[in-house]
Order: sequence, then structure tokens, then C-alpha cells
Amino acid sequence: MAKSASLPGFATRVPDSLDTPRHSALVRVTHWINALSFFGLLVSGFAIMLAHPRFYWGETGAVGTPSVLDLPLPFMEGGPSGWGRSLHFLSAWVCVLTGSFYVLSGVLTRHFGKHLVPAKADLSWGSISRAVSDHLRLKVFGVESSFAYNLLEKLTYLAVVFVLLPLMMWTGFAMAPAIVSVFPFFVTVLGGQQSARTIHFIAADFLVLFLLGHIAMVYLAGFKRRVGTMITGQVAAGEDRT
Amino acid sequence: MSAPLSRRKLITAGLASAAGASGLAVAVRLADRYGLIPPDHGGIYGVGETLTYAAHRPLLSSHSLAREFDRSKISKVCPINGFPPENETYQRLLAGGFADWRLMIDGLVTRPSSFSLAELRRLPSSTQITHQACEAGWSFIAEWTGVPLSYVLSLVGVLPQAKYVFFFPFSEEHFPLGKKWGSLDMFDATHPQTLLTYGMNGQELPTGHGAPVRVRVPRQVGFKSTKYLSRITVTDTVKNIGNGLGSGSLDKGYSWYQGI
Repeated sequence: MAKSASLPGFATRVPDSLDTPRHSALVRVTHWINALSFFGLLVSGFAIMLAHPRFYWGETGAVGTPSVLDLPLPFMEGGPSGWGRSLHFLSAWVCVLTGSFYVLSGVLTRHFGKHLVPAKADLSWGSISRAVSDHLRLKVFGVESSFAYNLLEKLTYLAVVFVLLPLMMWTGFAMAPAIVSVFPFFVTVLGGQQSARTIHFIAADFLVLFLLGHIAMVYLAGFKRRVGTMITGQVAAGEDRT
Repeated sequence: MSAPLSRRKLITAGLASAAGASGLAVAVRLADRYGLIPPDHGGIYGVGETLTYAAHRPLLSSHSLAREFDRSKISKVCPINGFPPENETYQRLLAGGFADWRLMIDGLVTRPSSFSLAELRRLPSSTQITHQACEAGWSFIAEWTGVPLSYVLSLVGVLPQAKYVFFFPFSEEHFPLGKKWGSLDMFDATHPQTLLTYGMNGQELPTGHGAPVRVRVPRQVGFKSTKYLSRITVTDTVKNIGNGLGSGSLDKGYSWYQGI
């Protein structure tokens, strides 16, 4: 059982009730389902990309036309893109349905407002640069980090949930010939189908960067304890705020 | 926790899962009746294919048109994927300018017929400048000229129970139905932009792009636009043809519906 909070300057961060789990069941369940679907999307997205590891801008592009990015990878046409596409769209359905449920519930339960949207006062360049330098000096794993998100975590999660993942969906839809026949602006505002493909790839790279950073931070903060908290919702013993 | 409460919870959970299971069964039956289940609905990937197909069908019910482009947008590079059929008859017809080629249309139609290239050219033609994307990722824009498939189907008289239109290229060794044979549902087969294409960029359809005639399906990915057509068959099921799943490309893992 958690003891009373007595760290100076800590009272403001104490959850409504000390029995409230660190992560709600909603956050935990959707986190792990989406972790699985993200893994499926990443592996299959790479498999699809191997069919043509070359990127263009505008409506069209092919070997023999100018590219904006050539990856040093072999062209594997007719290879892994078959199962890759099937796995990609299955994972995308799981990711989008779970993600939509998470966002809707997060709004209704005020999860975003309570835990992720930074206080106005924190949004100064001073606080942001302090948060960045704290991260760089790895000074962010104190006991309070077990109970609340710091500024950089909040901004990163918000960017992933409300910028990167919607951008992935949008650029994905923009590559679907049936969808853009109904909503042509999905692709026209991006400058064309090949632009959508290129933005899809770049946004995916940012998501991979996020994943690497996320896993690195969890590792540095104590992998077993943090993963345990994300599964059970409970902060491990010995981390009580005394 | 008191016993009555846990019993109530148990009953509630039981009722909820029973309602969920029967709800799913009803949903599947309704989806089947309204043609929302694709041929390759089986297996774990089939779940994703079915969700996509069932979501697209109502979304596209207004017969939305694929984007058409200005002549200035026609690509200078129109890549060719694959090779013409290694088939003696095909090579002989190609050498003769396809003067002796005939396209057979049979199955669930009142008047099974065959059409020569000249006969197809005499039918009302339609021209579109549309985007074609290969599943691999590359794409091009070209001008395509042909006769709407819906017009040809109306000439042969499609029977009311028809559900699918199959497209067979010339057969090849190990590919009795032709490489990349496939099918469309009636909804896409009768779409105004679905053409039996014999012209490309103001010229005859080049050999590599599927001469003498290929189908053009601009609301789906490139390989659904079957090349080198020799026969079209209208059916009410995908069973009994090849792998029984409506598309030869499934053997390589590519799903049947490609509106994505």
C-alpha cells in the first residue's frame, strides 16, 4: 500500500487517489495491442518497401525518372511484398481501431488533459531546454518519474498520437486508389501519390526513432520495473513515495 | 467481494459474450448478403481483407471516379512489368497484328459471344488519363482508350445471378489459366471507368502493356488490370476456377481486392 506523499514540491503530482494505478487499464491494454500492431506494421512496411526502395515526389515515379531518395537496398519485386501487404493492412486495422478507441476514451476520461497536456507554464523555451538537457544528462529517472510523465515525455507522446500516427493514416489512405476516388484531396494536397508514399516513409522513420528512444529510456529507467508497471499498472515495491 | 456480486458479474459477462458472439454471427450473415465478404476472407489475413472490402463497398457505392489528369501529365516513362505470354498461338497472333484474335465472353450470359479487335473498336469508345500504381510502389500516368466493359457485358446479357467477372490471359506452361488471371465483382466490372483497353497514349496498346487488349481498373492497384486477354467468364462464384479464390496472384500472397 502506498504511503502518504511527503516529498517537498511533490504534492501537485500525486494522483487523485493513491490507489489509482500508475497506468489505467485503458492505457495498458491499448499500449500492448498497439505495440504488437506497430511491430506488424514495421516489419511488413519494410517488406513492402523492399519491392522498390526508391522514393519520388509528385504524382508518378519509376526507374528511369528522377528520385528524391535512393536506399542502398536490392529491389525485391514479387518477393516479400505479397504477405507484406496482407500483414500491413491487417496490422493497420488493429492499430487504427485500437488507436481510435484509445483517443476517444482518452478524451472522455480526460486522460490527455490530466496526464499528457503540459501546463501552460511548462511550455517556455526555458523549461523545454531544461527538460532536454536533463534527458541528455540522464537525470530524469528519479523516483518521481515512476509516477508522472515529464515535459519531454508528454510532448513526445502527444506528437506520436496526434501528429505522426494520423499522418501515417492520411498518407496511407492517399496511396489507395479507391479511397482517393472518393476523397481526391487526400492526395492532391500532398502533391501526388508518390509524395504521399515518400512522406509515409519519412514519418515511419520518425516513428522508428521514437520506438528506439522509448525503449532506450525504459531500459535506462529499469526495464523490468517499467515494463511490469505497464502490464500490472502498479509501481513496483521500493518505489513508494516516502 | 460478496458472492452475489461475483455471480451477477459472471452472468453479465456470460450474457455479454453470448450477445457479442451472436452479434458477430448476424454481422457476418448480413455482410455476406450485401456482398461485403471478399473471396480470400479465410485465415488471419482474411480478417484484414474482409474489413477493408466491407469498408470500401459502402464508401464507393456512389460510383466515385478515379482521378483523371490533363494530357500534359502523361508520363514520359511508362514501365513494363512482366513479359508477354510464352504461347505459340499468342506469338502467331502478335505477328499477324492480332487480325485473327478473338475475345471469348462466356459463363452466366444469355449470348456467349466472341469479339474481334475490329469489332471491339467499332463499339462506343471511352478515353481516360489515369494514374496506374504497381503494388511495388512505382507508378505512371497514361491515356487509355477502350470500350467500357459494362457496354460489352450488356451486349452479351449478364444473367441476374452473376457476381464475378473473370479475366484470363493466354495460357502458358504451368499456367493453364494464364499468368496473373483474376476477377472483379460486378460492382467494379460495371464501373464506368472499367475499360477493355486497346489503345494507349494515342497508339495501339503496346505488346508489353498487354496487347491486344487488357482490362483497365483505375480504382485498384495495377496488377488487377489483367493484360493479354483471351477470355472473359461471368460466374456466380469463385469456386471451381483455379485455386478457387478468384485470383492467381493469391498464390504469391497478393490479395484479391486491391483498392487498398
